[in-house]
Amino acid sequence: MAAEESYPDDLRYHREHDWVRLDGGEATFGITWYAQDALGEVVYFEPPAVGDRITADSPYGELESVKAVSDVIAPLSGEVTAVNDAVVETPDLVNSDPYGEGWLARVRLDDAEDAKSLLDAASYRTLLEEQ
Amino acid sequence: MTSTLRRTPLHARHVELGARMVEFGGWDMPVFYTGINEEHRAVRARAGLFDVSHMGQLEVSGEGAEAYLQTQLSNDLGRLTEDGQAQYTLLTNDRGGIVDDLIVYRMSPLRFLLVVNAANTDADRRHLARDVPPGVELVDRSPEWGMLALQGPAAFEVLAGVWGRGDPPVDDLKPFHVVEATVGGVRCQVARTGYTGEVGVELLCAAEETERLFDALLLQRQHGVVPCGLGARDTLRLEVCYPLHGADIGPRTNAVEAGLGWVCALDVEGKEFRGADVLRRTRQAGPKRRLVAFRMLERGIPRAGLTLYHGDREVGTVTSGTLSPSLDEGIGLGYVAAASAAVGTALVLDVRGRRRDAEVAAKPLYQPQAKKES
Repeated sequence: MAAEESYPDDLRYHREHDWVRLDGGEATFGITWYAQDALGEVVYFEPPAVGDRITADSPYGELESVKAVSDVIAPLSGEVTAVNDAVVETPDLVNSDPYGEGWLARVRLDDAEDAKSLLDAASYRTLLEEQ
Repeated sequence: MTSTLRRTPLHARHVELGARMVEFGGWDMPVFYTGINEEHRAVRARAGLFDVSHMGQLEVSGEGAEAYLQTQLSNDLGRLTEDGQAQYTLLTNDRGGIVDDLIVYRMSPLRFLLVVNAANTDADRRHLARDVPPGVELVDRSPEWGMLALQGPAAFEVLAGVWGRGDPPVDDLKPFHVVEATVGGVRCQVARTGYTGEVGVELLCAAEETERLFDALLLQRQHGVVPCGLGARDTLRLEVCYPLHGADIGPRTNAVEAGLGWVCALDVEGKEFRGADVLRRTRQAGPKRRLVAFRMLERGIPRAGLTLYHGDREVGTVTSGTLSPSLDEGIGLGYVAAASAAVGTALVLDVRGRRRDAEVAAKPLYQPQAKKES
């Protein structure tokens, strides 16, 4: 059920263990393998609403495992254009496929240039090693 | 900090099996091996094996042991009329609060074994030692014992496969009875008790034999027995509404408010225990608040500390909560004002600013399917 540890090179990373897949002025957000492993089996996703404004470094949703609640931190600012209802229905998609089926939200970015502040995969791996 | 945590005799096994370890009551314990939900379902469908060696064992013996324990424990020890009988009971304080909840075993007319919560072992011993009379001996046997819980509808099939040939038939073991037997070559005290609501046993053995017993039971894979961690132990007990000391009950919770009046012998002639007068008054006046079970009618998972409302009026606080793996809905225990405690009462749970509908539900929240004939 659990995915193999990985940090794809085509994603950008936030130090609160989120990933970003950039697609022009929009982006897809999710949590990293490390984050889902630390959380354990995800049993609940409280998503933002489509149209919500979210702010970088602030919570935009909640993930819960059997034992714990965790805020999901927005890696960038923007407006939510879609949320992954499949994860609302089947939260452990976050565990089985954190970078694919387990994505959490699509966001129209305020400024795609902000993504330059994020980490690349190699820097994120270094951050994990330091923890 | 991990270096200060205590380890059970099975610690190396847990690590070998790939368990995720967590601190619990000062012990380094497995929270799960493969996953809480999977282990939970294994116990409801087949069988699970738990390391509960962290639990404490206090032995009280001597001529005055029974009379002394009658003054300290809430339930009527006089109902244990034969050796090998056991009873759920409370160690209470003078305010009617719950120092611990435990199971007392009558090993002989002069020797009683108290199996207590891990984190409370020292506090219980100190509490009991305060006025132990001459001729009664109180000894903490915890370091000498390992303890396993084997729980689930297939528990007795698992046991039968490793049960000593010369021992009394395993099927004769009745609920809340203990028998000495050889299990997988290890001499054990086997008790028909548990914390999951399922059929099952708890086994006590010499600490150094715990690993051998654990391995022998896990070899019974044909019955689907799997190792289970404390995570599943918590979700299983919550579905059947067994209170957890330190969460739902404690030294400051009144036993009658906690719904544990049924283990408080308040009307037995000659029986007087700490706090009994307070509990009689609570019963007489009616408790101001009650520990109730509730279930979510909307999405949302109750967590300890969240506030419960009836309409806009605050009526209580959650003490335990989870997403029930069996029911696939949020469930919890919490104290609510007596006026809002009736089954079916509409509640609103404030989940970090989101208001979600819930209702007071009958206990247990989940009824185990396979209850063995007793």
